[in-house]
Amino acid sequence: MRQEVSGFPDTLLGARDAIRSKQVSAVELTRHVLARIEKLDPVLRAYNSIDADRALEQARLVDEGKRTGPLAGVPIALKDNICTSWGTTTCSSRMLANFRSPYDATIVRKLDEAGVVFLGKTNLDEFAMGSSTENSVNGPTRNPWDTNRVSGGSSGGSAAAMAASMCCGAIGSDTGGSIRQPAGLCGVVGLKPTYGRVSRYGLVAFASSLDQIGPFGWTVADCAALLNVLAGGDPRDSTCVNQPPEDFLAELDQPIQGLRIGIAREFDQEGVDPQVKAAVDAAVAQYRALGAQIVDVSLPHTEYGIAAYYIIAPCEASSNLARYDGVHFGHRTKEPVRDIIELFSKSRAEGFGAEVKRRIMIGTYALSSGYYDAYYLRALKVRRLIRNDFEAAFKSCDVILSPTTPTPAFAIGEKTGDPLAMYLTDVFTVTCNIAGICGISLPCGFTSGDKPLPIGLQLLGPAFGERTLLRAARMYEQATDWHRRRPPLA
Amino acid sequence: MAQQKITLEQVRHVAKLSRLALSEEELATLTPQLESILEYVAKIGELDVSNVEPMAHAIDLHNVLRDDIVEEALPLDKVLQNAPDSDSPFFKVPKVIGGDEDSAG
Repeated sequence: MRQEVSGFPDTLLGARDAIRSKQVSAVELTRHVLARIEKLDPVLRAYNSIDADRALEQARLVDEGKRTGPLAGVPIALKDNICTSWGTTTCSSRMLANFRSPYDATIVRKLDEAGVVFLGKTNLDEFAMGSSTENSVNGPTRNPWDTNRVSGGSSGGSAAAMAASMCCGAIGSDTGGSIRQPAGLCGVVGLKPTYGRVSRYGLVAFASSLDQIGPFGWTVADCAALLNVLAGGDPRDSTCVNQPPEDFLAELDQPIQGLRIGIAREFDQEGVDPQVKAAVDAAVAQYRALGAQIVDVSLPHTEYGIAAYYIIAPCEASSNLARYDGVHFGHRTKEPVRDIIELFSKSRAEGFGAEVKRRIMIGTYALSSGYYDAYYLRALKVRRLIRNDFEAAFKSCDVILSPTTPTPAFAIGEKTGDPLAMYLTDVFTVTCNIAGICGISLPCGFTSGDKPLPIGLQLLGPAFGERTLLRAARMYEQATDWHRRRPPLA
Repeated sequence: MAQQKITLEQVRHVAKLSRLALSEEELATLTPQLESILEYVAKIGELDVSNVEPMAHAIDLHNVLRDDIVEEALPLDKVLQNAPDSDSPFFKVPKVIGGDEDSAG
């Protein structure tokens, strides 16, 4: 395992500083990253589309001083469910195979103003529904640490592009773990901000009360720098809270005196891989050595998290995805139809993949007459109980620590036959979305064996507690060197 | 919570409500899958939630008001650029009224 990929920086802040100090030009760095993509991506398939000409043009403008900003010249990858006025926004779905957004997402405009170089759009589970990036019309994204394994999902393309140094920063979205889980499985850092921290305008909606955009990076500092750009209120998203601007990099490197780390007894469960458990236990010991206080907390409704999630998310999805009707945009059937209902039904059956259909069906069922109270309404009440659990727990601790996932990356195809088994991989991540709080995954070790696989450590923080969350994560990162490891790619 | 078996006919009905023209094969595959998923999520029926307020959203949402100012809308060509079929300024669709199917589902 090499510590560095080449002479070029592959971290976000490393790239930013090298460009600022003119150690490397933005064009040289972009060419280097594009060459890596050309070499590695035919196997990994992290990208759905790449616009090399556009990226090089943006890089040239940076070098000429005409494109400026806090992240000028840094090559960035965007998950392909984030609308861009250039290229396509496909959601890895046949439904949107040719969709060209007429506008930019708010976060795309913000990154543009920050001067980044956009490389392209990354693969995902169709409409962000999945935990392995296998539910993609373009095929699975492979894990850079072992190409027979999944990259996680649904932001698997962004996580794998990051882990293979095919970008210096990446953007994903997290509805039930879709940033943290692939970050954990790919050995990079991934942050799910608090619900309402980042504008969702231009993020293709899956479950609107759970979806949140967030960054991937090699380091906690890289994620903090990206959050500085992404965060902030937006008149176009009334759920995006107008918080006063914060600098998440300020004081990031200063350890928190008397940090209280909560360990929830409900997270200590069967089914956690022994190597994952050992790595997370070692992380707890590391924190203790750094002076943190370890506190027992209880999240008694944790075991109902997945059940509530797999009612709420499909219900919202069945409503959000009603817009794909073959009329205004998206796939339209070529089959003869008798009337408009048949046009809708055939276009949708042809355009959506199996998992998307399954979730629309679950959501429609749970919202249908006679079942609404037992499923949807009850799930919203359980949601309140889960939120209350966190609010009580955060009275006695600053962050809550757990594994990100019960196991390291699983084999491609291992869980595709059993949707429920796939859903259960989200056990540690979904409650964060249900409660609307913030969470981060960072590497905390590797499995043994010929092809060591990364293990992810999850820290959860209270709503709008990103500054403390990032500083707590940074304390661990500064004391360890897992984030310096790179996969042994040719 | 009622833990009844899901029948093929129920799945067919839900597909109709979902506006998904699923094949017989898809319906047959989905029936046991939906059954096992719904059986799992029925777990929330174990909890006493009689005194719990439902929570639709993570933040306390209030009406977000702004001044009613006319802004530039998307130009027509951009609105229609992804339409499968159009006749500017209209989206084109097949006959809406008078079809065989009950449009109320």
